[in-house]
Amino acid sequence: MKGRSGYFRRKQFSRLMLVLCGIATACVILVLILILGYTLVNGVSYLSLDFITQPSKPVGEVGGGMRDDIYGTFILVGLASLIALPVGMMTGIFLAAFAGPKAASAIRFAADILAGVPSIIVGVFAYAILVRPMHSYSALSAGVALAIIMIPVVARTAEESLRLVPNSQREAALALGINRWRITLGVIVPGAVTGIVTGIMLAVARIAGETAPLIFTALGSAFGVQGLTQPIGALPLQIYRYALSPYTDWQQQAWAAAFLLVILVLGINVIVRLVSSRRSK
Amino acid sequence: MNQCKPDRPAAEVAGDIVSAARARIGDAIFTRLTLFFSILMVTILIALLIVLGIDAWPAIQKFGLSFITSVEWDPVNEVFGALPAIYGTLLSSAIGLIIAVPISLGSAIFLSELAPQWMRRPCSFLIEMLAAIPSVIIGLWGLYVMVPFIRNPIEIWLGSNLGFLPLFSGPPFGVGFLSAGIILAIMVIPIITAVSREAIVAVPLTQREAMLALGATRWEMIARAVLPYCRSGLVGGVVLGLGRALGETMAVTMVIGNAYTLSPSLFSPGATIASKVASEFNEASGDLYIGSLIELALVLFAITLLVNIIARLLVWRTVSVRSTGE
Amino acid sequence: MRRINNWISGIAMAILTAAVVFAGCAAPSGSPATTQAKSINLNGAGATFPAPLYTKWFDEYNKLTGVKVNYQPIGSGGGISQIIEGTVDFGATDGIMTDAEIAKAESKNGPILHIPTTSGSVAVIYNLSGIGSGQLKLTGDVLANIYLKKINKWNDPAITAINPGLKLPDAAIAAVFRSDGSGTTYIFTNYLCKVSPEFKSGIGNAKSVKWPGDIGGQGNAGVAGQVQQIPNSIGYVELAYAEQNKLAWASLKNAAGNFVEPSLTATTKAAEGITLPDDMKVMLTDSANPEAYPIVGFTWILVYVNQKDKDKGEALAKMLWWAIHDGQKYTEPLTYANLAGSTVTKAENAILSIKYQEQPIITR
Repeated sequence: MKGRSGYFRRKQFSRLMLVLCGIATACVILVLILILGYTLVNGVSYLSLDFITQPSKPVGEVGGGMRDDIYGTFILVGLASLIALPVGMMTGIFLAAFAGPKAASAIRFAADILAGVPSIIVGVFAYAILVRPMHSYSALSAGVALAIIMIPVVARTAEESLRLVPNSQREAALALGINRWRITLGVIVPGAVTGIVTGIMLAVARIAGETAPLIFTALGSAFGVQGLTQPIGALPLQIYRYALSPYTDWQQQAWAAAFLLVILVLGINVIVRLVSSRRSK
Repeated sequence: MNQCKPDRPAAEVAGDIVSAARARIGDAIFTRLTLFFSILMVTILIALLIVLGIDAWPAIQKFGLSFITSVEWDPVNEVFGALPAIYGTLLSSAIGLIIAVPISLGSAIFLSELAPQWMRRPCSFLIEMLAAIPSVIIGLWGLYVMVPFIRNPIEIWLGSNLGFLPLFSGPPFGVGFLSAGIILAIMVIPIITAVSREAIVAVPLTQREAMLALGATRWEMIARAVLPYCRSGLVGGVVLGLGRALGETMAVTMVIGNAYTLSPSLFSPGATIASKVASEFNEASGDLYIGSLIELALVLFAITLLVNIIARLLVWRTVSVRSTGE
Repeated sequence: MRRINNWISGIAMAILTAAVVFAGCAAPSGSPATTQAKSINLNGAGATFPAPLYTKWFDEYNKLTGVKVNYQPIGSGGGISQIIEGTVDFGATDGIMTDAEIAKAESKNGPILHIPTTSGSVAVIYNLSGIGSGQLKLTGDVLANIYLKKINKWNDPAITAINPGLKLPDAAIAAVFRSDGSGTTYIFTNYLCKVSPEFKSGIGNAKSVKWPGDIGGQGNAGVAGQVQQIPNSIGYVELAYAEQNKLAWASLKNAAGNFVEPSLTATTKAAEGITLPDDMKVMLTDSANPEAYPIVGFTWILVYVNQKDKDKGEALAKMLWWAIHDGQKYTEPLTYANLAGSTVTKAENAILSIKYQEQPIITR
C-alpha cells in the first residue's frame, strides 16, 4: 500500500467497487422494469379510464374495472395508517429518545419479531379478536390487521432516523432551555423527517400490496364499499383472486391492476415527497 | 442518551417557575405517552402469542417436542412435524440475504454517495416501488419468467459443471430453494436499500472529509468512515429485511416447489413455514390440523427471535472488537 | 431552517391525516343501501372453484331482484368453518363436511343442508412433446401408480400397453401435485382411492395429502405453470382452467371401460351413474355411466334448515331455487357443468325443507 503504484492500485480498486455499486442499482431497477413491464404487457388491454371508474363485472362480460377495490384499498391503507402511525412513531420516539438500554432492546426485539410474523398469521389474529366476536367480516378488522404489520416498520425506521439526528442539535436546543417534548417534536423529528417519511412510505407500499391478512378480515365485496363494519374489497385481494382464476380476461385484469397498484403507491409517494421538499425550499 | 441539565440564565428563572413546572408536566406526559404506545406494541405481540398459543394447543399437547424434529406432514393421518419447513425457511432466507445484502448496500451507496443529484430521488423511488408489487404478482412473474431462466441456463450449467457438489445435485426443475431465495432477495432489497440509504445519508460530512484528507480513496472513505459510522442503521435494515424474508408467503409458495423434504441441493423443491401455513390454512379443518399450522407459525416466531438474538450478538461483538482494537 | 423543517413534518402529517379523514368520512356516505329498510344483503364465503360462476349468478340475481348476495372465495375449509361460526349466511364447499364438522354445526344451529349447484371435473394434464391433447390414454390404476411414484418412466410397460400408437419417451415422469389445500385435490384423491387400494391405504383422500410426488404447484396456475415448463411432467387442474388455457389433457378410462376426455357433458353424465342419496353428500368419481368422465365432483352451498331471519331466509331460499333452475343457463358459457335432472329434483326437495320458525319458507 505504499508508493505510487500502491495508490494507483487502491484507486483502481476504489473505481471497481464504485462501478459495482452502480451495477447493483441498475440490476434492482432492471428487475422492477422487468416485473412492471410484464404486468403492463399482460394487462395493457385493460388499462383505460374505465378500469378505475367502473365497478367490476362478472367473467364473460366485456369491460369492467376495479373502482370499488381501489377505493377500498385507499380506505384500508388510511385506516391502517391512522392506527399505526401514532403507535409506530411514538414507539420510535420512545426508543430513540427516552428508553433506557434494557427497555429499548426489549421493545426493539418485540418490533423486530412482530415484523417477522407472516402476514397471514396477523390476519388469523385479527379474525380471532375482531371478526369472530363481531360475527361479521369488516373493513375495521382489515385495517387493524394491516396496522399491526405497519407498526414495527414505522417504529424501527423512525427510531433509526431519529437516532441519526446529530446530538449537537439536541444539545443546542436543550441549552436554550426548551422542554424535551418540544425538542423532540420541534427539532429532532423534523431533522429526521426524510427518513421517517421513507419508513412510512415503505410501510404503506408494503401493506397496500398485502393479500393474505385480508382474506380473513376484509373478505371482499361484490357491491362496493358499504361502511366500516361491512366486508370491503381491496385491490390486492382482487389481484390475487383474478390472477389465479382460469379466465384470461380476469388474469389480464389482475396484471393491469398490479401495474395500477404500483403506480398508485408511486403517486402517493411522489406527492408526499414533493410537498415536503417544496416546503423546505 | 446523556441527559444534560442546562444552566438557564438567572433572569429567566424568576418568572419561569410556573412554566417550568408546566414544562416538566408536559415532558412527563409526553414521555409516558411514548412509553404507553411502546407498551401497546409489545402488548399486541403478546396478545398475538397468546391467541396463537390457544389455537395451537391441541398440536403442542399431542406432539410435544417431536413436532420440531419430525419430517412427517400427513394431514390424512394427522401426523405433523416441522423440520423440513424450518430447514426451508432458514435456507431460502439465507440465500435471499446473501444475494440481497451486497446488492442493497451497493445500491444504497450508489444512491447516496455516487449518483448525480438528479437521479438519486427517482431511483430511490423506483426501488421502493418494488416493495409495493403484490406478492402474488412477483410470484407469478417468478414462475413464468424467472424460473425458466433459472432452470436453463443457470441450473443446467451449474449442474453439469459443479454437479459433484451436493449443493448443485439433482434434476434441474427450476422451482426450488434457489428460485425461492432469489425471489426473496427481490422482495427484501427495497427494504434494506431504503433503510441503508437513509443511514448513509445521515453520516456527517466531517466523517468523510477527515478520511479523504488522510488520502483515502473514495471507496476507502465509504468502507472505513461511512459504513462503520452508520452500522446500527445498516443492521436495522438487514434485520427488517430478514423479517420480511422469513414471513413471506405467496411469492415463495409460487416458486419453491412445495415438496416437504430435507435436501441439501439448492435445486430441490422445498417448503417454508410461511408457505406451508399459507397454502394449507384456508382449507384446513380439524383442531389438530389447524393447531399444527398455527404451531408452525409459533415456530417461526421462535426462529425470528433466535435470528434477532444472533444479529444483536454479532453487532455487539463487532462493536467491542472495534473499540478494543482502536 | 428549523422552522421550515417543522413545516415539513406538519405538512407530511397533515396529508396523511387528510387521507385518513377523507377515507373515514367517505366510507359511511357510500352506504345508503344498507340503511334502506327493504334491501337485503346476504354474505357467503367458501370454495374457490365455483366463485366465477357465483359472481355471475349473484350479479344477474341482483339485477333481477335487487337482493345483494356478496360471495367471496376463501376456500372450502373456510366456507365450512364460517357457516359453523355463523359469520356468513351461507357457506360453499367442494368437499363433504366431516361428521365432526356436521356435529359441531348442528349443535349450534340445527341441521345443515348440502345443496349442489354445479359439478366440476379434474383434468389430467401433461407435457410430452409431439403428443397432443386427448392422445395419451391412462387408466385409474396407472395414474395412481404414477402419483405413488411406482411408475417412474413414460415408457413403462403399463403405460405403453394402453397407448400402442404413441411414441413415449424413455424419460422420468415429473409428477406435479397441487400443494395448497383444494377441492381439486380432494376430488382427484377421492378418485384415486376408489381405483387403487394401495393409494387409499398409503395416501388417502383429503384436500391436502402427503404426496410422494416431485413438485407442488400453488393453485391451478402453479400446477399448470410447472407442467408447461418442465418437459415430461404430469399434473392435474380443474377442467375450466385446462380448457380456458388450452392445456393438453389425457383421456381416462371410466368404470364402464371407455376412454373419455374431460368435457362438460361427460361431467354432467357422471351424476347419472351414481345413486344419489337424499342428502346429496356423495362424490361423483368413478361413475358407472358409460359416457361419464371419472374424476368429477359436486360443489355445494351449505345452509341451515332453520333460518333465524325471515327476510334473509326467504331471500336465500329463493336465490337457491333460482340458481338450480334459471341459473343453470349461465354454467356452460363459463365452463361449468349443468346439474343433471335427477340432481335438480333432490336439490329442490332440500331447498323446500328450509324453515323459519318451523314453517317452510317457500313452497313448490
